[in-house]
Amino acid sequence: MFLINCPYCGERDQQEFKAGGEAHIERPKQPTELSDDEWAEYLFMRKNIKGIQFERWNHAHGCRKWFNMVRDTSNDEIKAIYKMGEKPPAQ
Amino acid sequence: MNKNLRVKSSEYIDETNRISFKFNGKTYHGFKGDTLASALLANDVHLVGRSFKYHRPRGIMTSGSEEPNAIVQINPNTNRTEPNVRATEVEIYEGLEASSQNCWPSVDFDIGGINNFLSPFFPAGFYYKTFMWPASFWEKYEFFIRHSAGLGKSPTSSDPDIYDHRNIHCDVLVVGAGISGILAAKNAAKNNFKTLLVDEKNELGGSTVYENNEFNKINNKTSSEWLKKEIEELKNIKNLEIKTRTSVAAYHQYNYLLARENLTDHLEAKDKTNKIRQRLLKIRAKKVILATGALERPLIFNNNDRPGIMLSSAIKKYSEFYGVACGSKNVFFTNNDSAYESAMSLYNKGINVKAIIDIREQSESKIVKKVKEAGIKIYWSHSIVDTTGYKRLNSISIMKLSNDGTSVTGSKISISCDCLGVAGGWTPAVHLYTQSGSKLKFDEEKKIFLPNQNTSEQISVGSCGGDFKIDEIIKNLNQKLKDTLNINETDLDSIKVEIDQENSKRNIWLLPSDKPLGKTKPFVDYQNDATAKDIKLALREGFRSIEHVKRYTTTGMGTDQGKLGNMHALGIIADTAGVKMGDLGTTTFRPPYTPLTFGTIVGRNVGKFFDIFRRTPINDWHVENKAEFENVGQWKRAWYYPINGETMHQAVQRESKAARESAGILDASTLGKIDIQGSDASEFLNRVYTNAWSKLAIGKCRYGLMLNEDGMVYDDGVTTRLGENHYIMTTTTGGAANVLGKLEDYLQTEWPELDVYLTSVTDHYATASLCGPNSKKILKKIIPDLDLSDENFPHMSFKEAHIGNIQCRIMRISFTGEHSYEINVQASYGKDLWEKCMEAGQEFDITPYGTETMHLLRAEKGFIIVGQDTDGTMTPIDLQMDWIVSKKKYDFIGKRSLYRSDTMREDRKQLVGLLTDDPNIVLEEGSQIVSELNQNPVEMLGHVTSSYFSPNLNKSIALAVVRGGKGMMGKKLFVPMENKNINVTVANPVFYDEKNERLNA
Ligand SMILES: [Zn+2]
Repeated sequence: MFLINCPYCGERDQQEFKAGGEAHIERPKQPTELSDDEWAEYLFMRKNIKGIQFERWNHAHGCRKWFNMVRDTSNDEIKAIYKMGEKPPAQ
Repeated sequence: MNKNLRVKSSEYIDETNRISFKFNGKTYHGFKGDTLASALLANDVHLVGRSFKYHRPRGIMTSGSEEPNAIVQINPNTNRTEPNVRATEVEIYEGLEASSQNCWPSVDFDIGGINNFLSPFFPAGFYYKTFMWPASFWEKYEFFIRHSAGLGKSPTSSDPDIYDHRNIHCDVLVVGAGISGILAAKNAAKNNFKTLLVDEKNELGGSTVYENNEFNKINNKTSSEWLKKEIEELKNIKNLEIKTRTSVAAYHQYNYLLARENLTDHLEAKDKTNKIRQRLLKIRAKKVILATGALERPLIFNNNDRPGIMLSSAIKKYSEFYGVACGSKNVFFTNNDSAYESAMSLYNKGINVKAIIDIREQSESKIVKKVKEAGIKIYWSHSIVDTTGYKRLNSISIMKLSNDGTSVTGSKISISCDCLGVAGGWTPAVHLYTQSGSKLKFDEEKKIFLPNQNTSEQISVGSCGGDFKIDEIIKNLNQKLKDTLNINETDLDSIKVEIDQENSKRNIWLLPSDKPLGKTKPFVDYQNDATAKDIKLALREGFRSIEHVKRYTTTGMGTDQGKLGNMHALGIIADTAGVKMGDLGTTTFRPPYTPLTFGTIVGRNVGKFFDIFRRTPINDWHVENKAEFENVGQWKRAWYYPINGETMHQAVQRESKAARESAGILDASTLGKIDIQGSDASEFLNRVYTNAWSKLAIGKCRYGLMLNEDGMVYDDGVTTRLGENHYIMTTTTGGAANVLGKLEDYLQTEWPELDVYLTSVTDHYATASLCGPNSKKILKKIIPDLDLSDENFPHMSFKEAHIGNIQCRIMRISFTGEHSYEINVQASYGKDLWEKCMEAGQEFDITPYGTETMHLLRAEKGFIIVGQDTDGTMTPIDLQMDWIVSKKKYDFIGKRSLYRSDTMREDRKQLVGLLTDDPNIVLEEGSQIVSELNQNPVEMLGHVTSSYFSPNLNKSIALAVVRGGKGMMGKKLFVPMENKNINVTVANPVFYDEKNERLNA
């Protein structure tokens, strides 16, 4: 059970949060210009890395804010947390 | 006549408090402070159970939670019965009953014992190899295996006890109240850390309270004497909470631990009532100090499992702590000095110790000299090659060990004895440490796994950290405390320790016998009957990974998770395969450390509290008027209102007719309601719904369909424009929370530039939906000053009005196809509103209807219910709702996916109406639909999603999804059922009032 440092509320139990999958996959601005393959790439393809992964999390039972997390999926160590729109920290 | 083996008075046993209890139907006596195990041993009862596979007689082996054999059923045939309880952990009380598991008809005569004599036919993997063929026989085999397996019996009536949960946040959690844990907790608390100390036993002190080695002194006292004073002092320390009878079951990441606090299990039945039995502690600690100690290892030799063969340390504890002698002719078998301490403990109480068999060549420590002086015979370099005694140890045979320890030589000596203490060294209890995700490394010299790489703020102190000598323990504990707590001085600075131990050890994982391995039974896992032979067989058969060997032989897979034998299993694998133990890796220790009851896990969340449920503000009225309820998500919704003993069908037919013929009223308060404000609200709706929103006038309502990015229908509902920058969106009852979450997601992460604010107001409003040709007249009576003409208040529009002083929002929208109004008031006025409608509607015979009638009425109109007629694979095009998909809008959520080659296929499943040829047959929802009856295999075209008997059309109607259904209008299909094939015809899904004339009726 993680202890997650919500950038708006502080440290809270994982129970309050919802994981939202891989981060930094931007919704295409002009979907109609994309081929089926390009759209499928956005829609379906996720990396699911063993190791350092960038993820979206939502403080669903708290402030309801979305934020980003850098997590090592091999040992669940949370490396960094930063707000939506902010640049990911340098490795 | 029961023999009494109580040999010494003990301060932990209250001999003035005599307790009677039953074991296997027979009454015994013990004293307050006894465990079931100590009380049985005091009565000379060793035989307590049968092993799992061979049903071999087994006795009490340990004095703690690592016990593999003495597994009992507590209070059988009562609603408090509990299986798989370790007799070594049960504190006895007046009236306690316990019985052996895994034996039938009795522990003394067990029919499964025949497996023991057949054991050459039961090698490792026997079950896998034998019972998997032929596959169809598995069910029959399973019946017999389950009935002869010793898994205990679960209670058949409900649990009478109360369970509880508690969250604890502390600076320091200390697990284990042995000498290290006590000193750690004391120093943490004294330095103002909010500290919690937990221990699974009822007394603090761990193994130190029965340390009697006169050569080990702390501040000139024996360690047990010294520790007693320390324990006394704990009571006066602030910031320190102590919980005994509390075992940590799980250690999760980020220092989140679950512990079970046992509050009434040691009390007699009359004192258990109305008290919390067990409490699950959910502990989040800033730092964790593991002081979980070490478990003594047995030795693996031929027939090492007979009742009377115990751990040496357990014999010492029974003697010193409980005042019980485990045998009258005792022998010890050891590879280190600790058995000598146990021997002296018995000797000092006048109990016969016949011999010590030591596999080492010699030891020069003081305690060994003491044993020699006492005249106890020591056999150096000897090993036990066999034992006798079926239900109780009778004798052992020993032989001289070869120098390399792989064989035995010379003549065999037989020693008669009734109790054998085995001492194979110590294994640090690192189970919780590894559960936390931290990594171990193997110490090839000490032959133990030690904490190596911590993943959280934690330290392992005392013997679980690899320190076994008291001087090392104190020194290393002191340094670790200073480092982790960041303090300069501790109480430990002034402690003076004298120690004796030479502590030499000779490690042989599998001791040889004069017989070949195939003819011996050296048990590695007692509970699951895995022998060294089985492990070697697994290796011969090609298993290499420790995890595979474990599963194939079932080593370490019992309720004790192989706490005693896992190390030997690893050692034997390493020796056989010729690799280093450290290279094998270790198996994973999974939570719980000791089993938890379901009661503890669920706590208070039983019965009414099992799940949250939500009730509308009008609920009381539904209850008073005898509504039947159905669960919709967490909501309790009125389902139908039977009168005069009506069946559901009768009630629904009546309600449906009334709603179309005069007036009906539905509690629609559960629909999700999201308040949307901001200057970009219109643009936002444009992006989330498939249709266009920018031109919706203020005061108008519009139906919208929301897709997922994959183009599949996600939710629907009517949204009303309340003002220039203000909308109120309704969602499906079940989808409300998810829709809000999804909209927030897009707003925050994809379109942060939009000025839009979302607020859930579902619970803030109560909604009465008034429908039918007389709904207008009823509303007029309630709000006489509101102009209800079609010109002023047309279909799909909104008015704000007052009922008396109560402000309300009225939408003229319809989910039934009838002229209809949804009246929203502040939640607290919901019941008043409802009663007003009922009163005003009386003259029109207004009929309250529930969700079932609502479903029927909308099905007559072919309106979909998201989640019933759709299942996450339906596009709006599949639903024949092309009209709601804007062609002009550049983009909306899911638009691009509607043009993927797959979503554009003509032969996708599409929503159609179905009519049965016989109008009285109502199809079953979920039934399959086919076009050919004689195909093999038959091609399934789709299934029925909604089906009712329509009282307004006087025939059966259904909605269905059918592959290529759009092009099948009028086609004959079949719904094959178990006993008949139902003929159906594909039809327009709008069955009633196709031209929507009734909306303005
Ligand atoms: Zn937050």
